[in-house]
Amino acid sequence: MKNLKLPKTDRRDFLKTTGHLLIGFNLFPFISCNSTSEESNVQAPTTIPLRPNNGNEMLDSWIRLDVSGQVTIMTGKQELGQGIRIALIQIAAEELDVDIASCQIIDGDTGQTPNEGYTAGSNSVEGSGRAIREAAAEARYQLLNLASQKWNLSVSELTVENGYIKNKNQESISYWELLDGKFLEGKVTGQAPIKDPKIHRIVGRSLHRPDIEKLVRGGAHFVHDIRLPNILHARVMHPPTYNAKLSKIDPQSILVLPGILELVVDGSFVAVIAEREYQAVIALRKLKEETEWTFPKIATVPENLYRQMKTNANSPEMVKESPGIGSKINASAKKLEAEYHRPYHMHGTAGPSCALAEWKDGQLTVWSPTQGVYPLRNSLSDLLGLDIEKIRCIGMPGSGCYGHNGADDASAEAALIAMRFPDKSVRLQWTREDEHQWEPFGSAMAIKLAAGLDAYGKITAWDTHLWSDTHNTRPNGKGGHYISGRHLEQPFQFEKGRFSEGTYRNATPYYNIPFKRLQINNYDGPLRTSALRGLGAYGNIFALESFIDELAVIAKIDPFDFRLKNLDDKRAIDVLTLLKEKTGWESRNKNGSIGYGIAFAKYKNSASYFAVLAEVNIDSSAETFKLTKLTGVIDSGQVINPDGLINQTEGGMIQSASWTLLEEVMFDENGVQSKDWSSYPIMRFNDTPEVEVHIINRQEEKPLGAGEAAQGPVAAAIANAIFDGTGQRLRQLPLKPEKIDWKKV
Amino acid sequence: MKEQIRLKLNGKSQSVEVDPNEPFLYVLRSDLELNGPRFGCGLQQCGSCMVLVDDIAEPTCIKPVSEFKNKKLETIEGLEKDGKLHPIQKAFIEEQAAQCGYCLNGMLISAVALLRKNPNPSEAEIKEALNPVICRCGTHSRFIKAVKRAANSSETF
Repeated sequence: MKNLKLPKTDRRDFLKTTGHLLIGFNLFPFISCNSTSEESNVQAPTTIPLRPNNGNEMLDSWIRLDVSGQVTIMTGKQELGQGIRIALIQIAAEELDVDIASCQIIDGDTGQTPNEGYTAGSNSVEGSGRAIREAAAEARYQLLNLASQKWNLSVSELTVENGYIKNKNQESISYWELLDGKFLEGKVTGQAPIKDPKIHRIVGRSLHRPDIEKLVRGGAHFVHDIRLPNILHARVMHPPTYNAKLSKIDPQSILVLPGILELVVDGSFVAVIAEREYQAVIALRKLKEETEWTFPKIATVPENLYRQMKTNANSPEMVKESPGIGSKINASAKKLEAEYHRPYHMHGTAGPSCALAEWKDGQLTVWSPTQGVYPLRNSLSDLLGLDIEKIRCIGMPGSGCYGHNGADDASAEAALIAMRFPDKSVRLQWTREDEHQWEPFGSAMAIKLAAGLDAYGKITAWDTHLWSDTHNTRPNGKGGHYISGRHLEQPFQFEKGRFSEGTYRNATPYYNIPFKRLQINNYDGPLRTSALRGLGAYGNIFALESFIDELAVIAKIDPFDFRLKNLDDKRAIDVLTLLKEKTGWESRNKNGSIGYGIAFAKYKNSASYFAVLAEVNIDSSAETFKLTKLTGVIDSGQVINPDGLINQTEGGMIQSASWTLLEEVMFDENGVQSKDWSSYPIMRFNDTPEVEVHIINRQEEKPLGAGEAAQGPVAAAIANAIFDGTGQRLRQLPLKPEKIDWKKV
Repeated sequence: MKEQIRLKLNGKSQSVEVDPNEPFLYVLRSDLELNGPRFGCGLQQCGSCMVLVDDIAEPTCIKPVSEFKNKKLETIEGLEKDGKLHPIQKAFIEEQAAQCGYCLNGMLISAVALLRKNPNPSEAEIKEALNPVICRCGTHSRFIKAVKRAANSSETF
């Protein structure tokens, strides 16, 4: 059985025998890409980094060649189930010309990896991938130069194969022999030649993810699986709702329970610590029954949410002005106006957040499923009043998060508790209710659109006005962004920033429209909100692409033709054209039993192109409809791992279908009422549509972020398919059969 | 109070000294140090904690450990036999049927229970069998393909 326990080897000896490079220092975020390796993924924790990161410009911060013939790739981006580890390994192995089996990757660890902020915004392949590609090319270039000096030959006379440099005299030497235990030195200059994609042999292949092999065997993989010596188990009793204050608690009745070591009460922050996990579970249950709280009622409830959003929002902020837009729309041959609503959505992580922390010898180590170890370290420093040098954050895989879920909060709480138990490891596991109730949701939004058309179906002018709470309250250095920070006796203030690009992401149409205006009202809503996959793009594209469909209807033009007519970008036209071809659009069933809807977006107007067709079966006698199939076409530029891209896209499509058809966070004046999977149902197998994804692979183009490309278009495609099948336009998510007036179908 | 409980787990007889009322999941993870069965809700709503109990997929997050005595118990750690992966494990690898992978335990266990009862399931039967397990990444379509692949493998389950 492979467990995350200390190896028997004395660590110091281990380091001595393996030299000064990485091997003795493979901490938690370590995975070997050699799938036959029997080595445990996790080794001894330590708080003394052997090779700290010396800045992102240094070559050694990204690529390390150790004495045993391994290549270690370092990234500041976390594996979140999106397959980033294998993709980055492929990029490095390709550029370095090494065997993929000799590569391993370490992600997110403030003790050793580069600082790449948060793993967010579909940026990992574009950002970390580019950095690693340049570093690997630089490393190969440096090594070739070393060999050229050694043999007194020019670099052009040398070739590389699987980490061996060869010359015309049939001599060969490996990278590792050349380095002879030395580090790769110097900076990534960006001057080293990058491989021509035409000769790629590793990038562009659907290589398997090694972690799946471990997962099917039940291997230790997640932060939840870490087992450390001297471990204590914690549960936090979160308040019943926002801004609640603890009014009555009886520590004695808890402390007498078996195995209970302490009840931490700091203001309204309450945690129970037990020897055994289940003892903490029992204690938490009793605590919840006995504890009393006072709390303010929530003034805004779902029934008046969108009205409140309009009346209570801050004054509008003009993101993009277009003088006289109203009169331009009015002067058009045809014009249309519509408003769309998106409710609060949950990340709904399958495995509630978990984190471990250890306070030992003046050093704090936190094992966290965070999306950003460096921002976590800064935020913990603020929360705990501890120098960042004394904190090490090690990223570990968690259950899929899809944005800012409970992971950071659980990490902060584990740290707060660990500081009270020196020399022990504290494992905090959130409950299902903690995660559902306290995660920061994707914000509700109202989006009002108006546009004009000329006599030929060209869009003349487009006006967007949207209302939304913030889509980003990631801690990013501020203790007040943790719920625990706000509950302490000496609370940290929570200061919500002003809205960011995330709110109006994709709010401006990618279509060729001469006049466009965009204004935003930031709204301070009743629920805690932050980044959820796609941020504002999900609601904005739902509105925009539904509205495009409505415009096509009044223009009496086929929805494909209408989009193609108003787009200039060839790549946008290509994804739509391929979708039309793959789905047999012209020969679709037109007897009325199936509704067909399409949608398109270029994510962030700068990343992947994605077009999708939804098919919805209409059963008017049973007064219901069912999503049966989604077909997508994606262009993400150069594809690193085609199957990984398809997997991500399929997942995005199904997840978005779930948000779109089923989901809405329920709340009332007493707080969030969606506390489990019955009160917040998500898509299960019986409702899952068939999904099909086609890729347009453009090896010569740069790779584009893809992980969030499907979210918005899928929502609009489903709404458009429902309209096609029923003749009724649903503008308020979720799209439920009871919102249709079936008498009119 | 603690009690000695004997379990037939993954083909071996194992003994644990625990509170007989403790839900089986905590014993599996804390005492038997398994990683396959996972905590997902503690409410029998999500299937993360599934274990094969006499060939039937059952959640373990509420039912006390004492109720699992004298039953044939299997977790995904026990699916591999003589160094050979179970056909469902192979199929999940071949289909790359995972994103975050947190739900894989529930999927594998539910699939094995289905295939032992019905080695040639229809798509509707596969969906019905996996329906109790929550997947948030949207990997459903791949799980369905993987179960079909295993069913077509002409191996025994």
